[in-house]
Amino acid sequence: MNSKLQLITKGFVKDNPTFVLLLGMCPTLATTTSAINGLSMGLATLFVLVLSNMAISAIAPVVPDKVHIPVYIVVIATFVTLLQFLMQAYTPGIYATLGLFIPLIVVNCIVLGRAEAFASKHSIGDSALDGLGVGLGFTLSLTVLGAVREILGSLSIFGWKIPGTGDGMLAFVMAPGAFICLGYLMVLFNKYLAKK
Amino acid sequence: MAVQSNLKNMVLCLFTTCLVCSAVLAGVYALTAAPIAQTNAQLLQQSVGAVLPEGGELSEAKDLEVGGQPSEYYILSENGQDKAYAVKSTVVGFGGPLVLMVGVTADGKVYNTSVLSHTETPGLGAKCTTDEGFMAQWKELDPAVKILKVKKDGGDIDAITASTITSRAYTLAVQNAIDAVKGMGDASTGASVKPKEEMENEQ
Amino acid sequence: MEILLIIVSAIFVNNIVLAQFLGICPFLGVSNKLSTASGMSLAVCFVITLATLVTYLLNKYLLVPLGLTFLQTIAFILVIAALVQMVEIVLKKVSPSLYQALGIFLPLITTNCAVLGVAINVVTKEFTFGLPSHMLGLGEAVLYAFATSLGYGLAMVIFAGLREHLALSDVPKPFRGVPIALITVGILAMAFMGFSGIA
Repeated sequence: MNSKLQLITKGFVKDNPTFVLLLGMCPTLATTTSAINGLSMGLATLFVLVLSNMAISAIAPVVPDKVHIPVYIVVIATFVTLLQFLMQAYTPGIYATLGLFIPLIVVNCIVLGRAEAFASKHSIGDSALDGLGVGLGFTLSLTVLGAVREILGSLSIFGWKIPGTGDGMLAFVMAPGAFICLGYLMVLFNKYLAKK
Repeated sequence: MAVQSNLKNMVLCLFTTCLVCSAVLAGVYALTAAPIAQTNAQLLQQSVGAVLPEGGELSEAKDLEVGGQPSEYYILSENGQDKAYAVKSTVVGFGGPLVLMVGVTADGKVYNTSVLSHTETPGLGAKCTTDEGFMAQWKELDPAVKILKVKKDGGDIDAITASTITSRAYTLAVQNAIDAVKGMGDASTGASVKPKEEMENEQ
Repeated sequence: MEILLIIVSAIFVNNIVLAQFLGICPFLGVSNKLSTASGMSLAVCFVITLATLVTYLLNKYLLVPLGLTFLQTIAFILVIAALVQMVEIVLKKVSPSLYQALGIFLPLITTNCAVLGVAINVVTKEFTFGLPSHMLGLGEAVLYAFATSLGYGLAMVIFAGLREHLALSDVPKPFRGVPIALITVGILAMAFMGFSGIA
């Protein structure tokens, strides 16, 4: 039981995909202009991660070794496209904001990485938990980064404007702020890990 | 672990995967096509409705040349008479295309405007969708009274602070929409006029 | 004039790394040395231009006429993967010296989101380039892809140069490695923002 719980929680700090493993940098930087956007991108990736992990763990035993990468990519791309349809139909606003980065989940190294390293060798249930754990870790870091950038850049949090404040430091909403913010968050993370 | 690879099972496996995945996607596509179309229609309805007066019947999208490029518009009619038009107007803003929906009443006044899509700088030009002062001045604006240029260029439009290029582009988009409606000829019998030819005559 | 606009806009104004956040992983991964950075840039340049040409034609003459645009993502990634593999095989046969220079980077490129990103952008997005917004034609699309990848190379080479200097400086411990690199890219991105509005 304990190990199952560990599957889920390891993505938060120890194997955090963003701060420790440095995976999936592109969506991390591009979509975290606000906490909500970061959260949505995280959840979208989580959705694909869990489903593709499960599917890949189911088919892995019958896939010939030499073609396993293309097969995994096709499976992942299928779930990504599925997600695109669902988002277009039911959450068009978020779909428009995240734009290109939804189809780009296909080439997010986290998804293929988990398929290769975990799902292809474990049971469907464990793979689902692993996808959930890594996905939650990713979502958490994106939300934190989005929240920090939103507070600094537009002085609001989850779209709620901090009363009595002005415009904020625009640079943090734009491209340079993404890099700088993530850099400093990593510094804090490193300090915290070093202390432990 | 994995199965030993040989040409037959590799081809078979790839082929089956592609087939199954395509089939799944085709199925989901067929299922979600209707909701997606509905959502898109709803979004359009909202953007068109926001720039037009209430009441009356909205037409389907019709072709119209706005600012020298193909675009579209919608007619709001009441009791068989054209009441207002919603014109989609695209110009080049600071960061890329700026697409507006401009509501123009039959007597040639602007009823309201809204931004359909833009790529302006967040916090600067992007304020054209949030700056209340800037947005309010388009509401029921009469081009016969106000000069459609930003104040820097000798007009009556208050630009967004530090975003003159976006404000100029926005103003041009509205002007293009008004001109396009004018180009349709007698607005009250607009339905009988062929917009494209009229535009060419004007030029 | 439009050609110039496409080139300036793709290289400087909307730089693929510094403004569009595409291809960050290899950007951070192989920019430690100037020589590897330029090798990777060349390989990316080659693959992005070729992949855009092929996916553009595939989309226009196969997916759209057959109403299969819902297979776009799958089809594009498969084409890119196959293309990278083919480039690798052909290079090995035709030009062993070029293969030695680019070979080790090629397998990394399939999962470089810059390639898929540009391919999808070109067929779904409207661009302006001084004209009213429009979908790109084949020539423009290829030119845009080529210029974009030049922008990738430019950012990569500048950054590798900076990092070579950074390696010699005394950086506080928690900042070492990726964090200081990210902060440096941030400042570089700020410099590139100075180009915005000119195209």
